[in-house]
Parts: sequence; C-alpha cells; structure tokens
Amino acid sequence: MAGPTRRRSATMSFNLLVLTCLGYVILLFAVASAAERSAAEGRARWLRSPVIYTLSLSVYCTAWTFYGAVGYAARSGLEFMTIYLGPTLVFVGWWVILRKLVRIGRENRVTSIADMISARYGKSNLLGIIVTLLCVSAGTPYIALQLQSIAQSFTVFAADTASTSLAADRNFIAFWVAAGLALFTIAFGTRNLDVNEQHPGVVMAIAVEAVVKLLALLAVGVFAVWIVAGGPGDILARIDAQALPEWHIQPGRWTGLILLSAIAIICLPRMFQVTVVENTDDQHLATASWAFPLYLFLMSLFVLPIAVVGLEIMPEGSNPDMFVLTLPLHLGQDGLALLSFLGGFSAATSMVIVASLALATMVSNHIVVPLWLKARAAQKRDTGDMRLLVLSVRRLSIALVLGFGYIYYVITGGSAALAAIGLIAFVGVAQIMPPLLGALFWRGASRTGAALGVTVGTVIWFYTLFLPSFGPDVILSARVMEEGLLGLAWLRPYSLYGLTTLDPLLHSLFWSLLLNALAFCLGSFLSFPSPIERVQGALFVDIFDRPGPARSWTRPAAEAEDLLPVTQRILGQSEGQQFFRAQAELQGKQGYLPDITPEFLEALELKLSGSVGAATAHAMLAQTVGTAVVSVEDLMAVASETAQIMEYSAQLEAKSEELSRTARKLREANEMLQKLSVQKDAFLSQISHELRTPMTSIRAFSEILMDSEGMSAEEQHHFAQIIHDESIRLTRLLDDLLDLSVLEHGQVQLNIGPALLRDLIDKSINASNSVQADRNFRISRNRDPEKIEIVTDAGRLTQVFINILSNARKYCVSDDPQMRISVRQRDGMVEVDFTDNGTGIPRDKQALIFEKFSRLTDSMQAGGAGLGLAICREIMLNLGGDITYVPGQGGACFRVSFPVELKPCEAAQKPQHKDAEAAE
Amino acid sequence: MAKRVLVIEDEPNISEALRFILSRNGWQVDVSADGQRAMKEMQSAPPDLLILDVMLPGLSGFDVLRSVRAGEGTRDLPVLMLTAKGQGADRAEAERLGATRFMTKPFANAEVIAAVEDMVGP
Repeated sequence: MAGPTRRRSATMSFNLLVLTCLGYVILLFAVASAAERSAAEGRARWLRSPVIYTLSLSVYCTAWTFYGAVGYAARSGLEFMTIYLGPTLVFVGWWVILRKLVRIGRENRVTSIADMISARYGKSNLLGIIVTLLCVSAGTPYIALQLQSIAQSFTVFAADTASTSLAADRNFIAFWVAAGLALFTIAFGTRNLDVNEQHPGVVMAIAVEAVVKLLALLAVGVFAVWIVAGGPGDILARIDAQALPEWHIQPGRWTGLILLSAIAIICLPRMFQVTVVENTDDQHLATASWAFPLYLFLMSLFVLPIAVVGLEIMPEGSNPDMFVLTLPLHLGQDGLALLSFLGGFSAATSMVIVASLALATMVSNHIVVPLWLKARAAQKRDTGDMRLLVLSVRRLSIALVLGFGYIYYVITGGSAALAAIGLIAFVGVAQIMPPLLGALFWRGASRTGAALGVTVGTVIWFYTLFLPSFGPDVILSARVMEEGLLGLAWLRPYSLYGLTTLDPLLHSLFWSLLLNALAFCLGSFLSFPSPIERVQGALFVDIFDRPGPARSWTRPAAEAEDLLPVTQRILGQSEGQQFFRAQAELQGKQGYLPDITPEFLEALELKLSGSVGAATAHAMLAQTVGTAVVSVEDLMAVASETAQIMEYSAQLEAKSEELSRTARKLREANEMLQKLSVQKDAFLSQISHELRTPMTSIRAFSEILMDSEGMSAEEQHHFAQIIHDESIRLTRLLDDLLDLSVLEHGQVQLNIGPALLRDLIDKSINASNSVQADRNFRISRNRDPEKIEIVTDAGRLTQVFINILSNARKYCVSDDPQMRISVRQRDGMVEVDFTDNGTGIPRDKQALIFEKFSRLTDSMQAGGAGLGLAICREIMLNLGGDITYVPGQGGACFRVSFPVELKPCEAAQKPQHKDAEAAE
Repeated sequence: MAKRVLVIEDEPNISEALRFILSRNGWQVDVSADGQRAMKEMQSAPPDLLILDVMLPGLSGFDVLRSVRAGEGTRDLPVLMLTAKGQGADRAEAERLGATRFMTKPFANAEVIAAVEDMVGP
C-alpha cells in the first residue's frame, strides 16, 4: 500500500533538530565519561566484552554506508553488497590474519597502522611518515564526506521550514559539527597517554552509536517493507519490476570491489584503531568473526527495499543518497525521520571520531614529535617530561585533521557523489596492504621494499584516482586527463599503458596495487635488511610459535666423536656416554658412537633441551654439526631463553633476599624476646629480694618475741618497733610496685585540673622536709617565674617533686647541702630544674637511674626499693612531659618538663614503655 | 671460750636479729655491712664461722666467698650463705664456690641455730 504523499509541514523545526543533536551528543559524552570512570576504577569488565568490541567494529559503517548504500543500490543494484562482502569474507574466512595482527599489535604496543608498518620494518620513521601522509590524504576527504552528509541531512530536514536562511548554510553546520567532534575526540581520545593507547570511553560511545544506526536503518527498512510496500513478497516483485540495465552483475567489478573492501577493513586507519589498538583480548575476535558479519548483514538487509520503494515513490530527481531520510519525511513520518537522522548522525560522528583519533595519533607520533625532538636535540636542551607535549600535539593534531576535513569539504563543496569518495579512500589505504602482508608473513620483506612499494602505489593512486576525482581542471588539467602527462598517451590517468577496459576505480586499484607489490618485492629482494629489521621481522612473522618452530636436521655432516664432548659437557660424562651407547644400540651398533642420523640428532637435541633449553641446544648442535649457520632466529630464541633464565634467577634472588630479611627479623625478634626474658627474670629476682628482705626481719623478730623470756620491756618494744617499720616498708614497696604497674600500662586515672606551679613547689618542699629532718638543707628559689598557671594532675606532679627533693636530702653529699629550684617556660612547656651542690651522679650511672631497682647506694641510707625515679619518669610521661638528668651542673640536676596545659589527648599519647619500644 | 661468728649483712635489722639469736645461744657475734672491710679483719683474725649475705653493696657475697676460699687462713672456714633472691641459680653458684650451707630468707631462727651448730659443733 502506498502511503498518501503529502508535503511535510514545518512541524519539525530546525531548532528542534539542533536540540535533538545536542541532546544526543550530551548523551554520548555521558556514556563515554561513565565508561572512562568505570575503566579507571577497573570495575567494568563488561566494558571489555566481545559484544562491545564487535559493536565498535561497526565504525566501518559510516554515513556512506548508512545513506550512500541506498543510493548505490538505486544506481547499481546489488553491487553495494560488495562493500559488505569483503569484510564478511575477512572476518569469517581470514580471521587468522586479524588474530595475528591483534596479537602483534598488543605485544608490540602498536599505536596505529603507521606504527605497525614502521615497527616491522626496523622501526623506520620514514615509513611511518609515508604511511601517515597516505592515511591523512585518504582520510581527510573521507572525513569531509561525513561532514557533508551531516550537513546535507540537516538541510534535507530544514528544506521547507522558515529557518532556511540559517539551515541553508551547510558550511556553518559542518563547521560546528567538526568543532563539536574535535572537542569530543580531544576529551576522550587524549585524556591520558596510555602505553597501549586504549580509549574505553570512545569505544563505548561508538558501540552505542552502532546500536542507534542499526536500529534506525532497520526501522526505516521495516517501514518500507511492511508499511509502504505490502511485505517481503511485494518488495521482491517491485525489485523485479524496477530492475534497471545497470543492475547487471559484472564479475570483474564485483571481484575488484570485494577485494577492495576486504583490504579496507584491515588497512583503514580507523578500522585498525578499533580492531587492533583498542582490542583488549584476542578471544574477542572469535565472537566478532560471526557477530560482525551478522551486523553487516542486518545493515544491508533493507538497503535494496528502501532503494526500490524510494525510486517508486519519491519524486523524479530526488537524491537516492538521501532516501533513508527523505522517504519517511516524504510520507510524513517525522518521528521515524528523526530516528533515521540520528542513525546517519551516529554513523558519521563515530567514523569522524575514530578516524581523527587514529590519524592524530599517527601525525603526532610520526611527524610532529620526531620533528620536535630533532629540533630540540639541535638546540641541545635537556628533555623534560614528554607526556604533556605529546598530549598537546595529539590534541592539536585532532583539531588539525578535523580542520583539514572541514576545509576539504568547503573547497570541494560536496561535488562528488558520496560513494565515490569512500571508494577512492579505500584504494588509497589499500596501498598499505602489500607491506602489511609482508610484515605478517614474509621475513624477507625489507624496509626499502616497503617504502618503495607504498610510495609507488600512492603516487599511482594520486595520479589515476585521487587527483582526477576533483574533476577536470581543478588540479589535473583536462588536457592531461585527455592526452596524458607531457602529452604521452600511455600516461593518461584513467588508462595507464593503454588499459582502457577497466573503469577508473578498478583501473587505479589494479595498477597501484600491482606496481606497489612489484616494487615491494623487488626492493625487498635487492636490498639487505638491517639486523633490527630481521629481528622485528622474525618477531612479527613468528608471533604465534615462539620460541621457534620444530626444526629438523636434514644434511648432517658431523662425526659422533665431535658431538660426544659437547653432550658430555652438558649432561655430564657418564650420562652423556650412556645416552650415546643407548642410541648406538638402537641402531644395532656396538660402542659409543652411533651413526649421525637425523633421528639421532633430534633425540640428542631433545635431550639437550632438557638441560639448556631448546634454542641453545639447537644452536650448539648447529655449530657442531656444521650444516646450518646459526640464524638470527636461533640467536633470538637463545636470547629470549636467556632472558627467561635471568628473569627466573632475578626472582630467585629476590626470594632469597626476602628470606634472609625475614630470617634477620626473626633473629632480632628472638634476641629481643631473650633480652625481655632476662629482664623479666632480673625484675622478678629483684622483687623477690625487696620483698624477702623486710619479711626476714619481721619473721626473725617475731620468733624472737614469741620466746621473750628474760627480755626487757625496752628490748621487746624495740623489736616490735622494727617489725612495725619493716611492715611499713613492705607496704610501701607494694604500693610503689602497683603504682608503677598502673603507670606503665597507661591505666592511670589522671586528675587533671588547674593549679599554680608555685603552690605545688611550696607543698613539695614542706612534705619533703620530714626526710632526714635533722639535716640542714637550704633551698633557693626565685618565686616570680614560678607563678605559672598550669593545667595538669597536680597530685602526681607534686609526687615527682617530692621524690626529687627527698632524694636530694638523702643523697646529696655536701657539708653545706643546698638545692636550687629554677623554672623556665618555652614553647608551651614548663621546665623545672632541681640542682643540688653534691657530687652528682657518676657518668656511667646516669643512664641507669631511671630504671627500676637502680639503687646506687646501700639500702640503709636509701630506705626505698629504688623505684622512685622509675615512677617519676612514668608519671611525667603520663603527664605529657619527661624527667631527665642534666649532667655537668655542679651537683645532681634533674629537669622536670611538662606542658603548661595538659590536654586529655596528649595524656593519652603517652609514649609506650621502653620495653615495648625495644620489642618493636 | 665462745665461738666467734662473723655476719656480713647490709640490712641492719637482719644483722641485729642474727646478732640477737646467735648471742643468746652463746656465740660471740661480729657484724659487718661491708665485704671489703670484713675481708681484711678476717685475714688478721679468722672467725669460727661466717654468715654471708649474697646481695651486698660493693663486693657481692660471692666475691667475698671466692676470696675466703682463696685466702691462706680462711680456706676451710665454714660459710653459711643467706640470700633473699631464693633462686636456684644462686644456690648452684654458692655450691660451686664452696659455701658450706645455703639458706634463703626469710629463715626460721631455730634453723639458723641448728645449721650453725651443725657446721661448727656445739
């Protein structure tokens, strides 16, 4: 049923279209940045799924495929299928080459197809530049084509609306589209400088666009088949009725186009980008090998129906390249038209994004950065961080590539039919194919050959297809076109050497590829590859079977006598001889010398491999047998094995270092434990002594008093007094021990409050006066600086002061004992110095005095267990301060320091006890 | 004539207790808190018995014992060692250096008397 044809009204305004596009682009930005974020957080495994990979491959389907295929079908019938058949053949039948490409790409961290070629041919920068220039030449018109199709689709939409003045300005649209895409590509393509140049955000956005364009085309197709036409049967009938004479299948042209698109799917920079560079797992290719052809099949399914319906319904003179868009519009299906528009927009933008990213990578890596480095080297400046530079260059290159595309678009004004530019670009990038195939499969391929081939091919492509495509008299004059360069007829661009039977496209493809391949082969045969080329060549060609394929021995020319010593050197004397005798026996011979048969050599090589590795074994035998020269491949295999061994031994070394580190730590911990154990024993022994001593007196005098016969009351009282005093001593000792224990374990309850330092000192002096009260002990102090308001545990601080003062009263040896108390304040800390005029503490004992039970004199004089200063130190640590002995002050000098204001957190941060410190 | 015992002990209350119980049992008791000085006195006039504390300031009881066993006139002197540490290690050391008896503090007075009389004879 044919729908009613009605001219569309201005329901769909141009502004709405722009808004839709903006919204769509914002969506893409959101998708891309979400993907980038997920990838950065490493939590998005699904991002790296075969489905996403396959969808990203759809960047092959550009606006040319989306819009142009229908136009192509309208003009030439089924021939449009060739563009899908080539890639399908490659993915289904030849995915071995893709797998090899992907593997090589990943192992060599290849960043672009130019990088791939350059890396294979001895990391030649010249080749990199040639390929880059070729790709930019072919890619720029292609990008222009996308800009054109977007601009065109805009104007189709806006054709009848009032806002034509703005809409008609296609250049204006193309400019903003180019600018927006440049922004997107810069944002997600140059976010950082990865070693592997992967861009999960871009890939994700491309995958979304792939879905959009497929859905759009399917929707238009379904509309055409089931709504406009009467279903599949009706469509087939219409196709038969429509069949034009040009629709005949021309086998030669078909073969050529299939070959061309097959080459393009491998060589197009943007395809290389998504297939190889962005690939995260070569297993994804297995899925893509059927899923991508399926995608292409779906994309092509409705092309012919849409073309046929379009030819029937659309008015005479309508551009078939726009049927996908104009058909729904013409039939008033604005929503479908909008979807179709978005599909075309997706197809165009995804191509532009990936292509400009790929081209920019090449331009920056092979042209700008090398030039810059050369310039810099000439200036002899030191090289700083390259990353920012490369990123800036990359960004600039993206803008540049898109700028070229825009300028190309403006200059050509969208003259040529869409499909033409696409195929011209295909022929251009096809020039990369010979050196690429050589890179993968031919070790003899050389840089000279590759450079020669690509150059020759590119020049022919330029002359026979690219330049003429601008039309006569734009670049090539009509005269050259007609009569050939310099008037030589065999140099006519469209019929080199008088070959006139082919159309220009196939003509150019034929000559450029033929001469390219010839030059490549000749160049490779005639030049001698440099060592690095050989190394790279072997690396690329043998990517899947390193460390080397099985090599058999063909023409042995050595004596067993020569081989025996070699074998003995490796296997040891007896085992080597045993092996030789066993082999001889196998051959039915007596003695140690078997015949040198290929079988024997292989067995020997296998045996030796077990000891020295396959490559070394082969190289050693090769030298001894003398039939083979040690090839570069052999040497490389040896090197790679050696590298493995070195790696292994480095690991072993690291392991053993780690072991010895662990052992050292264990030893230290053990020593520490032993030390702690000794300390604990000494401490227990000390406690035992300190407890038993008063108990001894108590028990002895108790027993004496129990048998008090004939004892004077005075004596009895004296003994009771001793018992009493010793009991008190015992109690005090226990108190001190408990106090120390609580302080040491930080379980002490501090009673923090404000106090005046002067009051505390007064109190301490009064309290300590009772110690040896008969001794005249003069104390000098300056009461003014003592007037400090402090916040601390006043009771504990006083305890420390009293202890120091009492010690001084007990131990200060002087005829006129004196004590000076001085107070200082600095940095929020208070320092109180107690200096006496005695003999001080001998240097060798100064470190000991704060230890437990470190009584320096005899107990009679001390009357304590030697815990006083240990307790003082613990108290001061608890109060966020310290107590130290200051040597060289005339007499003994103790400095007590503590914060003016003790905050509860500082109190909690009491340093761990010394034992615990030592144990760490 | 009363037998003479020398007590080397730095705790005044303990030496006083020893002095009391020994003299009540008929001994002539000399007390010293300083090993060094006591050694000199012993060289000139060796006692019949030595009661020796291990933990002494300056020379330890073991040092004194070593000199006693090395000294001409004191080689065979009966020595009762007293220790408040009460550890096996001290006892072994005392035996190795030739102490006649070893007792840990606190002691029963009767035990001290019995040991002393056993060592010297009533």
